[in-house]
Amino acid sequence: MFKDITIGQYYQTESLLHSLDPRVKIVGTLAYIISLFVVDSFAGYLVCALFLIVMIRLSNVPVGYIVRGMRAILILLLITMAFNLFLTPGETLVKFGFLKITKQGLAFAVKMAIRLSLLVIGSSLMTLTTTPNQLTDAIESLLNPLKRLRVPVHEIAMMMSIALRFIPILMEETDKIMKAQIARGADFESKNLIKKIQSLVPLLVPLFISAFRRANDLAMAMEARCYRGGAGRTKMKPLVYQGRDQGAYFILLAYFCICVALRLLPLPFLV
Amino acid sequence: MIKISKLIHDYIQRDEEGNPAGTVRAIDDVSLNVEPGQFIAILGHNGSGKSTLAKHINALLFPTEGTVWVNGMDTKDQSLLWDIRQTAGMVFQNPDNQIIGQVVEEDVGFGPENMGVPTEKIWERVEESLKAVGMLEYRKKSPNRLSGGQKQRVSIAGVIAMHPKCIVMDEPTAMLDPSGRADVISAARSLNIEENITIILITHFMEEAIQADHVFVMDNGKIAMQGSPREVFSRVEEMQALNLDVPQVTLLGHILRKEGLDIPEGILTKEELAEALAGNKESLL
Amino acid sequence: MTDTAEVTGLTDETELTGLSDTGELAGLTVTAERKWTAMGITLENVSYVYEQGTAMQTAALQGISLEIPDNQFIGLIGHTGSGKSTLVQLLNGLLRPTSGRVLYNGKDIHEDGFDKKALRANVGLVFQYPEHQLFEVDVLSDVMYGPKNLGLDEATCKKRAIQALENVGMKEKYFKTSPFDLSGGQKRRAAIAGVLAMNPRILILDEPTAGLDPRGRDEILGLISEMKQKLSMTIILVSHSMDDVARYVERIVVMGHGKKVFDDTPRNVFKHYIELEDLGLSAPQITYIMNTLRDYGMDVHTDALTVEEAAAEILRAAKRQP
Repeated sequence: MFKDITIGQYYQTESLLHSLDPRVKIVGTLAYIISLFVVDSFAGYLVCALFLIVMIRLSNVPVGYIVRGMRAILILLLITMAFNLFLTPGETLVKFGFLKITKQGLAFAVKMAIRLSLLVIGSSLMTLTTTPNQLTDAIESLLNPLKRLRVPVHEIAMMMSIALRFIPILMEETDKIMKAQIARGADFESKNLIKKIQSLVPLLVPLFISAFRRANDLAMAMEARCYRGGAGRTKMKPLVYQGRDQGAYFILLAYFCICVALRLLPLPFLV
Repeated sequence: MIKISKLIHDYIQRDEEGNPAGTVRAIDDVSLNVEPGQFIAILGHNGSGKSTLAKHINALLFPTEGTVWVNGMDTKDQSLLWDIRQTAGMVFQNPDNQIIGQVVEEDVGFGPENMGVPTEKIWERVEESLKAVGMLEYRKKSPNRLSGGQKQRVSIAGVIAMHPKCIVMDEPTAMLDPSGRADVISAARSLNIEENITIILITHFMEEAIQADHVFVMDNGKIAMQGSPREVFSRVEEMQALNLDVPQVTLLGHILRKEGLDIPEGILTKEELAEALAGNKESLL
Repeated sequence: MTDTAEVTGLTDETELTGLSDTGELAGLTVTAERKWTAMGITLENVSYVYEQGTAMQTAALQGISLEIPDNQFIGLIGHTGSGKSTLVQLLNGLLRPTSGRVLYNGKDIHEDGFDKKALRANVGLVFQYPEHQLFEVDVLSDVMYGPKNLGLDEATCKKRAIQALENVGMKEKYFKTSPFDLSGGQKRRAAIAGVLAMNPRILILDEPTAGLDPRGRDEILGLISEMKQKLSMTIILVSHSMDDVARYVERIVVMGHGKKVFDDTPRNVFKHYIELEDLGLSAPQITYIMNTLRDYGMDVHTDALTVEEAAAEILRAAKRQP
């Protein structure tokens, strides 16, 4: 089940998209998401989809891999569609008892589905081509102006990065404690809700204790290696914009302008 | 390199409301001297105070009484804190809880980053440090994919990258399997010989102490015994009274000696035992 | 390496002839009333593959056949990644074999209707660093967790927990202490008691001495050996240290690269100390010492398991000199 979720996972390969500065990819993804809400016509969505297809081609990530990731949000997609389909008032097309499908509902549901799919694929393309580390670096760099407002930007980025490092370790630990308690007769599969919650205590208590112990150890190890916050720190892998990154920003800008134009210009052939 | 004079360390115990309820003396009047380039082993059972002692050398703990000097710097001097921690690096027991980076090379670069080393220099240091512990080919790997012994070697590389004069290793092999243990010890050994880094190895595996220049045995916060490995291990009964092992070959030699064979105390290798027994054979002939 | 293959073949063959032969092979005395029932765990050609059908697919175990009778002290030895941890999880049904069968008292444990909970009570598994699973407010309640899961009443649970704590040498004054206030060695005892309170017939301990100092290690190994005597259960001691197991067990199963490489008495297994090194293992230190003495021309048997045995053997050889 969890294996199917490719959202948020990094896909290791070499491509133009992989080699872009992570800041470009974060800004690009945000711009893309906004563009999906700017355009409001099927022609507009076509432009968005085309842009995404080109990006996927540039990322060298197999299409099948991305589509598999979509399966995880299929249910969410269907529910959203159903709500829009049945609950939008307007000109009735079909009627089943108290449920009716309207023309406006149909159009809206289809639009929502397209929007949502493009949004998920677009943002997963960012995580597929960017390592978690690059992402935290980029977030630190992009949020840097907030430092003047006394936002602890470096600390936030460090916490994110440590959390990412320890997620697999804690997952493994959870599995181990779970198995140890099953060996003592624990039942984690009970259908009864109260029993289910009760059964979590022998899992969560040791897990929290272990997490605290690790945090303690890690803090000491970081101090021993002269960690004292962001001040005076240099970077092993500083983020530096290359020529291709500037090119990428230019293309993004052009794309965004087209989307805005599609929305504002009353072109007759647009639905 | 390290000079400790009359060190006392008390832990404050607190009751349930967090008020001080008493103190536990973890280190009780310890004085010792470590010369540059030495390989030191500190032995002792759990709770003997050896880990507390280690944390004093890295200025992670501060003396209740007495003084600790690291390369001439008094650890109580707060302005020297970062210099001390850079001079005396530390490797801890649990391999998972001391690796910060998500990629091996980034973890090794963590120390130099904190010290403000320029980017190009960090890369140089990372490369030479990973090479020194034989982990260069794993530089792009995630630490989660390494074995325990490999993780500990990455941790050692992370310390070397800070260019320390001394590395304190607090039971670095306690959680490893035999082959991982051997790799870590041989890495420590070669740093001592080739880079002339002072090594202070805290352990309860006696075989790891055999190669040390000097051994300290701690018990109940005090230094109970000290000397060369041969001197310390030849006192088999005293070691056993402290709930510590001696190497099996030393113990065997000791038993045979008590049974009347002419064997010296403090046999450290099986070859030494064989030579000693061969001598007996001739005299028996 | 051809030598190894031969030995494996041999052990497998002897095993096919049945339980009593395995018993004899491992040099133990099978009691009369146990001889006629197929008690214990049987693995029939068991394989286990992790993440089957993905790119990460790795075979952890290949074609393992194994008999674990009642009342035997077994050492399970293997390098990290040899498959020994997977093997112990198969024994109490935490993992399901990819192929082959696991039988308990002759019944397939993965057949419908097989009571897994009862199996887990009968086959107790103490994981590595078991103190990490402690969670209750006091030691006694923590040990009662297992029996409670079996659906026993409060009084019985308490009785069993007290019995188990006594069996691991835990003093009564600690019963109402928080398990987190205990020392490292005591925590481990409490955790072992937590499994012991399920009254298992077979107790598997995965690296019970990991991270302990020499005193803690000797205490725990002594305790396990005592439990074996007192409770006459089967104990499987999983370890990568031959020195730890050599002194205590009557049979050693050596795992290497997902396969069973040796299954014999300690003395016979340690004869293959050179092959053991190829598997990333080593024989007990004493084996090397005795072999070195022999290489130097001393007329000694090399199969001593403990320092005391070695001393006796050297003295015997020395006296025999003309």
